[in-house]
Amino acid sequence: MARTSPVSNWAQDFDVLDAGYIEDPFSIWDELRTECPIAHTDRRGSNWLPTRYADVTAMAHDIGHFSSVEVAVIPFEGEEPEEPLLPYGLPPISVDPPIHTWTRRLLLPWFSHRRVEGYEGLTRDLCVRLIDDFIGNGRADAAENYAQQIPVRVIAHILGVPADLADTFTGWVRDVLEFADDEPRRIKAMEGLFTYFIAEVASRRANPGTDLLSELLTTEVDGAPLEESVVLGAAALVLIAGVDTTWSAIGSSLWHLATHEEDRRRMVAEPDLMPLAIEELLRAYSPVTMARIVTEDVEFGGCPMRAGDRILMNFPAANRDPEVFEDPGTVMLDRTHNRHVAFGSGIHRCAGSNLARMELRVALEEWLRRIPDFRLAEGAEVSWAGGQVRGPRVLPVVFP
Amino acid sequence: MKIRVDPDKCQGHGRCYGLSSALFSTDDYGQSSVIGDGTVPPELEEKARLAIANCPEYAIEELTD
Repeated sequence: MARTSPVSNWAQDFDVLDAGYIEDPFSIWDELRTECPIAHTDRRGSNWLPTRYADVTAMAHDIGHFSSVEVAVIPFEGEEPEEPLLPYGLPPISVDPPIHTWTRRLLLPWFSHRRVEGYEGLTRDLCVRLIDDFIGNGRADAAENYAQQIPVRVIAHILGVPADLADTFTGWVRDVLEFADDEPRRIKAMEGLFTYFIAEVASRRANPGTDLLSELLTTEVDGAPLEESVVLGAAALVLIAGVDTTWSAIGSSLWHLATHEEDRRRMVAEPDLMPLAIEELLRAYSPVTMARIVTEDVEFGGCPMRAGDRILMNFPAANRDPEVFEDPGTVMLDRTHNRHVAFGSGIHRCAGSNLARMELRVALEEWLRRIPDFRLAEGAEVSWAGGQVRGPRVLPVVFP
Repeated sequence: MKIRVDPDKCQGHGRCYGLSSALFSTDDYGQSSVIGDGTVPPELEEKARLAIANCPEYAIEELTD
C-alpha cells in the first residue's frame, strides 16, 4: 500500500516517505543540491530539507534558531496530553541547553571509548552465535537474521533488561520510527514501551542493579535525585536511538559488500583498512535524518523560514555533497578526507556513536571472517526502510 | 609537528582517538585532547594529518610557530 501520494516536484513538494526516495534518495539529493539546495514541502506541516553539507552543519550549530524540542522527522499529529508523561521528551536528544547539557552528561559515560571496549566481548559472542545459526544453510537474510539482532541485545545489556525480549523491543522501535506515519501504531508502541519501563523503574527501586536504569535512579543532580520522567525519557532514548540506527548501518554495509565484489574482496584481504572503511560506509549510507524546529522567523539560505517550521536535518545528503567529498557517490574504502556527519554535528552529536562504531566493526569483522564470499541471492527482493532511519529490512544473501 | 584540539569545537565524535590512540585521549564525556604537549613523533605525522582531515568539527589544528 502506498503510504503517500507520488511526488512530482521535489523542490516544492518533497516527501521522505515517497517510495522512490526510500529506494534511491541519492539522485534526488544530487538534483536538489544544484537546483534548489533547501527544498520545501507542506506535507505534514511546513518542512524544509537542506541537502548541502554547509547548510546542514550550520543549522546543527545554530541552536538558537533551530531547536531540538521536536526531533521526529514525521511529526506527531495526535492530541498532546495536558500534562505529558515526559515534559522533557527523551532527554538529551529532545532538549536545548541548559537542560541538554546536564542530561547529556548523565548518558555520555555509558558510551565512552573505555566503557564501549567493555561491551565488545559480548557483541562478538553474539555475532558468532548468530552466524552459527545460519552458516550451514548457505543463505541468510543478512538484515533480519543478523544486522537486526545485534544492537538491540547490546542495548538490552546496557539497560539491564532481558535480551529475550529483543523482538518486542525491536517491534516498538520500528513502530515509533519506521511506521511513524501510522499514528495508532506509533501510539500503541509508545504506550507499550513506557508501560514496560515504568514497571522496570519500580523494580529497580526495590532491587537496584549495576545497569544504566539503576544508576540513573540513584544519580543526583545539584543535590536532588532525578525526576522519574528524566530517567524514563533517557532510558527510552537509549533504546529508541540505539537499535534500528546501528542495525541499519550494519545492514547497509553488508548490502554494499554483497553488491560490490571488489570492495568485499578488499575488506577481506586488507583487514587494516577497517577503521577507514567503517567511516566510509557510514558516510555513504548514513542511516539517520533528524529534525529541528524553527524558533523564530528567519531567512536561511534565501529561504523564508517561519517559527514552528520543521527542518529535516539531512545528514545523509550532507555526506554526499561534492563540495566536501571527492566523488561522493563512490565508496572509497580508504578515503582519507572524510569529515562525515553520520552521527550529526554540534552539541547533539550522537551520544552512542562509539558504541555504534564498535558494533558495526565487530559485526563486519565476524561476518567477513566466517563468510568472506557472499552475494545477493538471485532474484532477491531487497526492501529498504526510510524516513527517519534508512536501511535494508530484507536482505537475502547466499554464500557457498 | 605540533597539534592541538580546540576544546570549544570538539563535540566528542572520537574520530581522532579512533585513528590514533597514541596521539589523542578522550574522557568519560567524549572530549578529546592531545597526549602530552601535542608534539607529534615523526612516525605518527601521517596519523596526525589523517585526524585533522577527518574531524567533523574542524577541532584539530596544526600549530605553527
